[in-house]
Amino acid sequence: MLFTKKATFRGGVPVPHWKNTAEAETLQMGVPSKVYIPMLQHIGAPCTPVVNKGDTVKVGQVIGTSDKLISAPIHSSVSGRVTNVAPMVVFNGQSVMTVEIETDGLQEVHEDVKPPVFNNKEEFLEQLKKSGLVGLGGAGFPTHVKLAPPPGKEVDTLIINGSECEPYITSDYREIIENSWNILLGVYTLVDLFGFKNVWIGIEDNKPEAIKVLSNIAAKDDKYSDVVKVVKLKSRYPQGAEKMLIYACTGRKVPPGKLPADVGVIVMNINSVSFIREYIRTGMPLVKKRVTVDGPAVKNPANVEVPIGTPIADVFEFCGGFRSEPVKVLMGGPMMGVAQYSLQYPVLKHTNALIALDEKSAKIPPEGPCIRCGRCVDVCPMNLMPLHINRHSLHGDVEALEKYHANDCMECGCCSYVCPAKRHLVQSIRLAKAQLRQAATAAAAKGGK
Amino acid sequence: MLYEVLIPATIMGGLGILFGTGLAYVSKKFEVKTDERVVQVREVLPGANCGACGQSGCDAFAEAVVSGVCKVNGCPVGGDNVARQIAEIIGVEAEAVEARTARVMCRGDLSVSKVKFEYEGINDCAAAASLYGGPMACSYGCVGLGNCVRVCEFGAITVENGVAKVNEALCTACEKCVAACPKKIIVMVPKSSEYAVNCSSLDRGNIVMKNCKVGCIGCGRCVKVCPVNAITLKNNLAVINPELCTNCGECEKVCPTKAINRHRSQIFANVG
Repeated sequence: MLFTKKATFRGGVPVPHWKNTAEAETLQMGVPSKVYIPMLQHIGAPCTPVVNKGDTVKVGQVIGTSDKLISAPIHSSVSGRVTNVAPMVVFNGQSVMTVEIETDGLQEVHEDVKPPVFNNKEEFLEQLKKSGLVGLGGAGFPTHVKLAPPPGKEVDTLIINGSECEPYITSDYREIIENSWNILLGVYTLVDLFGFKNVWIGIEDNKPEAIKVLSNIAAKDDKYSDVVKVVKLKSRYPQGAEKMLIYACTGRKVPPGKLPADVGVIVMNINSVSFIREYIRTGMPLVKKRVTVDGPAVKNPANVEVPIGTPIADVFEFCGGFRSEPVKVLMGGPMMGVAQYSLQYPVLKHTNALIALDEKSAKIPPEGPCIRCGRCVDVCPMNLMPLHINRHSLHGDVEALEKYHANDCMECGCCSYVCPAKRHLVQSIRLAKAQLRQAATAAAAKGGK
Repeated sequence: MLYEVLIPATIMGGLGILFGTGLAYVSKKFEVKTDERVVQVREVLPGANCGACGQSGCDAFAEAVVSGVCKVNGCPVGGDNVARQIAEIIGVEAEAVEARTARVMCRGDLSVSKVKFEYEGINDCAAAASLYGGPMACSYGCVGLGNCVRVCEFGAITVENGVAKVNEALCTACEKCVAACPKKIIVMVPKSSEYAVNCSSLDRGNIVMKNCKVGCIGCGRCVKVCPVNAITLKNNLAVINPELCTNCGECEKVCPTKAINRHRSQIFANVG
């Protein structure tokens, strides 16, 4: 069933789409000579490597596990020999162990890879944990944890996020076009297991083809056609943010500091659902990822499916290299992506795009003083006041940060995008969150004494 | 005409006298007795209101000392001299205070250590350090954006060529910089200690050598030569215990990267 009413939220910015690779069919990239697989590719506790230098590994073999609740196992994406297990500094400054594997090109599949067997919800979650699936939309929250909300929280709605609101990125869109049946079958499996009463598939209206394809298929099955609804969302950044999407689809508001499960909703990325279906069919854990390779500095923009752990340099090389000297390479979209300092950095589970910017597009204009125009307040989808958080965080005023709810920021970047003074608002809010965390630990330590 | 001036002047003057007497009476009647010693102690304190004593400021500390909550040597900024004066006022025996100073355990300035990437963003060490551990190749060392400089009330810290340096003559051991440093590389040591391993890297030796010319590579030579066993090697980093160190200087002679060096500013610090 197709919902024609255009759903949206308050705030946000109309960013350019630049979906240059929308019609580019996914290319399969060969196996690189070496892969680097960090033990932290999700939100939560890092894994401990279970392989040693010199071991031979096969595709789908577990190479990192953790007994912590919020974590996901990590698998080898290639077959070959482990050449090193050493710490590497990942983007958040944390130093995590990384398994370096020299590939043999045979891509032999490990014996343990076989379709999972499950009869009920609990067994399914147990099996899903083994697949190493994390939210593929970008945040990387372990899916088996997300699907098991704490007791007492009744979840009746599943929202599938296919809005893909960032410029350039088309990896979700290609999934819809190429594997549309997988997505729906994945959704049906989840509905059968968890008994969701409503499933909303949210897609922005700049992807009419995707909306058409999915609503056609959804209408075919009588059993599910009342449950599964495709929603046409207004194209506005950050439409794909969890809380915005929940509001746009259901009208429910997630209170500050709460999770979607508190309002009876679970949000999953369209790729994650499709992966679940594929995993049930083949048993192959999460070892490869489709990434959109684009940006002014890239020669042949494309969608490429790469083994996880492939160095960025190899992916760019596969796309014909660079048209001009790349000044900045982003992992993720231009709004929320993280700049990389080395092309040896690997593609991770939740990487959805690699954007290479040339000198002109990467230029950061000089920061000026705040002119109090209030545009950041206008566009903030979380109804915050970025200008005040910015000021107080630079002064280290923790009490004021608390008052201005700095912790509710989701770092979408709308405020920095519209700021006429080009202030580094998001970065200072990120700093504000760190200051709040530090103050909380200090207070806890004091209380402990 | 005369009355127009006289009447209001009399009324106002009368009111003034009335309220004045009233206030004088009330201030005598309800006077809050302050301990004279608190005022005296407050006078000998440095008055920087830095909070290093754990109280909210010098006034609060003076009260706390007199009421016995804080020790007479509780003000690290005032040091031994102030402690003795406070002890005299209160009438107790003062314990000796060892003069301390902050030291930055990193010497990796831009001439000797490598830069990982160009950082564009807000001028704050903590913000820069949250991105891949900061722009310097060594993720343990000084970021060099000066959070410590900004919190120092005494102007004792400067960033020179990308690494923070403490002027020990000006440092009053208030420990604000220790709290402000996101890398936790500023430590408090006695001013009398002359030798320290000026490195905080826990990386293995080969990685340290790649990133920085003056880092501790964890070779352990200093541990072997130290006659008083003041040096321990843990997680690829040697640490000198200033309590045991006799400033003999044997470790500096054998250190291959000169991560151990003598604090020569010490010579001038003693004069001040």
